[in-house]
Amino acid sequence: MLIENNQNIEVVIEQSNNRLITNEKKLKIRIIKDKMFKYTTVAGALIVTLLLAYIIFYIAKKGISSINWTFITELPKPPGEFGGGVSNAIVGTLIMIAIAAIIAVPVAIAIGVYLSEDKKTKLSYWVRTGLEILQGMPSISIGIVVYVWVVLQMGSFSALSGGIALAIMMLPVVAKSTEETLKMVPYSLKEASMALGVPYYKTLLKVVIPSGLSGILTGILIAIARVAGETAPLLFTSFGNPFMNANVLKPMNSLPLVIFNYASSPYKEWHSLAWGASFLLIVMILILNITAKIISRKWKIKF
Amino acid sequence: MKKLINKDKIFRGILYASAFFLIVLLFGFFITFILESSESLAKFGFSFITGKQWDPVDGHFGAMPFLLGTLMTSFLALIISFPVSIMIAVFLSEYFYKGFFHNIIKTAVELLAGIPSIVFGFWGLFTLVPLIREFQLAIGIEPYGVGIFTSALVLSIMIIPYTASISREVISMVPTDVKEAAYSLGATKFEVIRKIILPYSGSGIFAGALLALGRALGETMAVTMIIGNSNGMPDSIFAPGNTMASVIANEFTEATDSTYVSALIEIGLLLFIVTALINLIGKYIIKKTVQF
Repeated sequence: MLIENNQNIEVVIEQSNNRLITNEKKLKIRIIKDKMFKYTTVAGALIVTLLLAYIIFYIAKKGISSINWTFITELPKPPGEFGGGVSNAIVGTLIMIAIAAIIAVPVAIAIGVYLSEDKKTKLSYWVRTGLEILQGMPSISIGIVVYVWVVLQMGSFSALSGGIALAIMMLPVVAKSTEETLKMVPYSLKEASMALGVPYYKTLLKVVIPSGLSGILTGILIAIARVAGETAPLLFTSFGNPFMNANVLKPMNSLPLVIFNYASSPYKEWHSLAWGASFLLIVMILILNITAKIISRKWKIKF
Repeated sequence: MKKLINKDKIFRGILYASAFFLIVLLFGFFITFILESSESLAKFGFSFITGKQWDPVDGHFGAMPFLLGTLMTSFLALIISFPVSIMIAVFLSEYFYKGFFHNIIKTAVELLAGIPSIVFGFWGLFTLVPLIREFQLAIGIEPYGVGIFTSALVLSIMIIPYTASISREVISMVPTDVKEAAYSLGATKFEVIRKIILPYSGSGIFAGALLALGRALGETMAVTMIIGNSNGMPDSIFAPGNTMASVIANEFTEATDSTYVSALIEIGLLLFIVTALINLIGKYIIKKTVQF
């Protein structure tokens, strides 16, 4: 009897030991799974980052070597001749961005102010939906519409039409950031101004909008950065032009168009111009983005 | 006093007018697309979408090859970039939520979002195309180099920032107490990520993928430069092809007769509708996820 009992106990002990061992094994497997997941995630993220860094360095390496004084100041030369620059494209890009900003910014700010004032009306709902559609719209579609609206009516490709296409692309970005910023301006500020007898429009113009200025400015810079590299809407609007041109009613060159036209050409000299243009464009966009970040960090709305 | 009230009214009027202007602008877009493509809409009807032949000389316009090209490139790009983007998002929000590596990866992804698509196309043309050509030689298929697969690769790199940043945002919104409850029950980090975080943020991540898809569908320049621009039906993922956006970019300025132009504009209309729908669905899902 006693011996049997002892055996029984031994069996029980062995079973529980076994269970402990299997539990330990399970725990080990779980830990191994956890580690493996961690390592693959970290490795994957690092590999992608390396790849991205490689892309950026590749473009920088190719671009820096072709940027010099003549690159910025001279016109492109015919194929086969060494040297030449893209001065006309730099001027063209700046002019078209200026046109786009002049057209888009006032309208976009007005839309943003409207959205932050009338938060829940039917019109504001539709305007928000419209902004979302516009933001997701393929840039080539915008190019087509501007071609029909402006280029066909005026009878020729022009920098103005390119600027209009870019303005349409800027619109949702500036409007959204204006709305988001003005929403953060406390209501008490507006009430205080109104209580002093300041009329509604002056309250908005002199109190609400100035206190949200940094956010609006950030939005404008980000929008410019977004459209600076756009090519698709310019293909059938500003079209490109190998000569220097400051007439906004004539076709005009821009940096993205230079890249597109020269990259697909068979000439080495043109390729290096295109690399230089790519680098210049990226640096420009980078500076815009960094400035936007600094502005939004320094002048953050604090109340 | 009256003057002031008038000024107020004018100011409100300006605000209303600009809001209306946006609606009018969008309707204008839509109407322009329909009017300008009416010739091809009337002539080909539904067969425009199913037609497999695009031959401007004969006047045959079927958009099927481009539809296929667009769908193949963008879905392939999404499949390639999705796991990577999730990895980056999990890396940034769960493993390295601050510090040196966090900043490096975050900056790299942000930089990537700023590079214009034309530069990606240029880079792809000069580095990726020769690589793919060698790969194709090695596995014994026709070495085009350019083609649907190459475009999908470049697109996948371009859409990483979209999925990654939206995924990161929704992952960071998973309540900490739920995560901590799981940890206190002895769950490992992997288990927390798989069973708590991913189910919790699933719909948001899905929406991020949708928005990235919308971007890939409408992407023009990078694809135009490296897809090979062939108007036939693509017979494999390595074959050269054309997408809806790239065919417009390539042929719009060359199109001479009115049927040709209106057929191209109809492609633009299709693209517009598809991307608008995908974007609206994505934004709707995000809005629903953000609310809790």
